[in-house]
Amino acid sequence: MKVLVPVKRVVDYNVKVRVKSDQTGVELANVKMSMNPFDEISIEEAVRLKEAGTATEVVVVSIGPQQAQETIRTALAMGADRGILVKTDDEVEPLGVAKILKSIVDEEQPGLVIVGKQAIDDDSNQTGQMLAALLGWPQGTFASKIELDGDKINVTREIDGGLQTVRLNAPAIVTCDLRLNEPRYASLPNIMKAKKKPIDEKAIADMGVDVSPRLEVLKVTEPAERQAGIKVESAAELVAKLKEAGVIG
Amino acid sequence: MALDLETRDQLLSTIRRFVDERLRPIEDQVSENDEVPEEIVQEMRDLGLFGISIPTEYGGLGLTMEEECLLLFELGRTSPAFRSVIGTNVGIGSQGIVMHGRQDQKEEWLPKLATGEAIASFALTEPEAGSDAASLKTTAIRDGDHYIVNGTKRYITNAAKASMFTLMARTDPDTPGAKGVSAFVCPADAPGISLGKSEKKMGQQGAHICDVIFDNARIPATCLLGEEEGKGFVTAMQVLERGRLHISAVCVGVAERLIEDATKYAAERKQFGQPIGNHQLVQAMLADCKTEAYAARCMVMDASKRRDAGEDVGTESSCCKYFASEMVGRVADKAVQIFGGAGYVADYGVERFYRDVRIFRIYEGTSQIQQMIIGRNMVREASE
Ligand SMILES: Cc1cc2nc3c(=O)[nH]c(=O)nc-3n(C[C@H](O)[C@H](O)[C@H](O)COP(=O)(O)OP(=O)(O)OC[C@H]3O[C@@H](n4cnc5c(N)ncnc54)[C@H](O)[C@@H]3O)c2cc1C
Repeated sequence: MKVLVPVKRVVDYNVKVRVKSDQTGVELANVKMSMNPFDEISIEEAVRLKEAGTATEVVVVSIGPQQAQETIRTALAMGADRGILVKTDDEVEPLGVAKILKSIVDEEQPGLVIVGKQAIDDDSNQTGQMLAALLGWPQGTFASKIELDGDKINVTREIDGGLQTVRLNAPAIVTCDLRLNEPRYASLPNIMKAKKKPIDEKAIADMGVDVSPRLEVLKVTEPAERQAGIKVESAAELVAKLKEAGVIG
Repeated sequence: MALDLETRDQLLSTIRRFVDERLRPIEDQVSENDEVPEEIVQEMRDLGLFGISIPTEYGGLGLTMEEECLLLFELGRTSPAFRSVIGTNVGIGSQGIVMHGRQDQKEEWLPKLATGEAIASFALTEPEAGSDAASLKTTAIRDGDHYIVNGTKRYITNAAKASMFTLMARTDPDTPGAKGVSAFVCPADAPGISLGKSEKKMGQQGAHICDVIFDNARIPATCLLGEEEGKGFVTAMQVLERGRLHISAVCVGVAERLIEDATKYAAERKQFGQPIGNHQLVQAMLADCKTEAYAARCMVMDASKRRDAGEDVGTESSCCKYFASEMVGRVADKAVQIFGGAGYVADYGVERFYRDVRIFRIYEGTSQIQQMIIGRNMVREASE
């Protein structure tokens, strides 16, 4: 079974993001970028499926600027076989991404698409679901376990209050949660070998999809700064303070 | 061949992440237990760290000296005991074979050293031959198709884990000094080799040294490194010269780590109503640390690039080792000062680094030996 894994280049999770002074977005100039951590989990899962002999090929695709090629290389170093870069310098909304991915899926015909449940930059949590809808494929979201069983895919999902297991008919979409696996470090020899793996470049214009924005960002602001708290000595004092603050009657 | 920048950045950011996520959190534990956990050693093998300096045709990464130093700047940002795990395979243990080994020796050892399946140590120092290594007394006397080795090697890093020693011994007892010394690729399991107890050290707990005792040890004659006897001391000095850049890069990495920690502490710790980092005298300490670490970084980069370009950098390598090891000592001292009482208390880790870095001024040639090499080369060149 061929597995397709979309990966996104995002601000590194260690970076303390700053809002641009004109409040149109966050500062990206000279900020360290890396692979969306959820996508690392998707790649890891796909590579494990390949190592277990159940997946035959792992193809990674990224939609973004030229530098997104580095993100693809990271995935190749982790064990993916080849990459596709859909190059654009514009921001593409989740629906646009889903449409582009549909076009790639139509061409590649994977049996399984594993996507991160969300990207840590906009936390949309939409792409996988939209892609499933566009393709008319079954979906298993927030996966904490994936098992291939012939052309069935068993997905254990993290839901409120417990775990749910669903069985999907391939081809299907799975979005993965944090606890699915612990992604490996790409080994140094594999990083060097990744350079030789092929990366195809594609342009959105050639795909015949409309990715024009449908959302308008009105304003981006920093979270309100939290006031320092106080320490209370006793339960009685706590109650008094809460009353004072008008939180309890 | 040098890597393209993108691949190089990926290598470095992988190491940085490994250091941040896997090594830094267990610094205390490693020091406490005097052991790097096997799980971490396995991760280092999986990452390919043991093979960074071994040529690609033998399964290593074949990094240039500049690339190796850049990588060590990153690996230096944690307890140096971790670096020691791979240190002898990358540096002094393997490079004798890489430089002067015969084809069969390279094929036998380098692939295993590159994966970390085998560990190599470097056995030069003896109880009575430290700085004056050319006076070493261990003998290796030819006996048919074997050599019989007798003597004791002292303070040998990773000896207890070693499968192989790059061993320097006197094949010609009648020739004193450097000329009578040969190098061997000595299997650690040869009959007649035993180990002393693991020494208690000032710092770098988790890295181990001990004596290696040769008592009529019989090693096959084919273990002679290269083709000829009498070349061993030159080999040892070439290995150490390269090792000096490696150690210098580690010193820079540790210094940068300490500066990062001290700067963060100076921004948080308040006295006299403001962060101590606002006090000029604390800023002066930070500025001195930064300036010196930057100077050492530039020296290491310059010397390693020139080495890669084929220049003789014997003098410069000693300049780097001398300056970088003394520099990191001063930086560690100032870091303790900036942390105040907390710098002296174990919980903050700074005192541990202070002890860890002390060795850098001693092994692979003391500071005095570096001064001697630099000065001697200068005077010799002036009189040529
Ligand atoms: C943790 C650790 C790891 C080590 N690992 C290894 C290893 O893997 N392999 C190995 O072979 N060795 C190893 N060594 C040994 C190390 O290289 C020696 O300790 C070092 O070279 C100094 O030798 P020495 O201890 O005999 O000191 P000495 O040579 O006795 O020096 C004592 C003092 O005298 C000074 N001095 C000596 N000669 C002169 C001179 N001509 N002019 C001015 N000053 C001088 C020295 O600078 C020093 O200050 C290790 C040592 C330690 C502590």
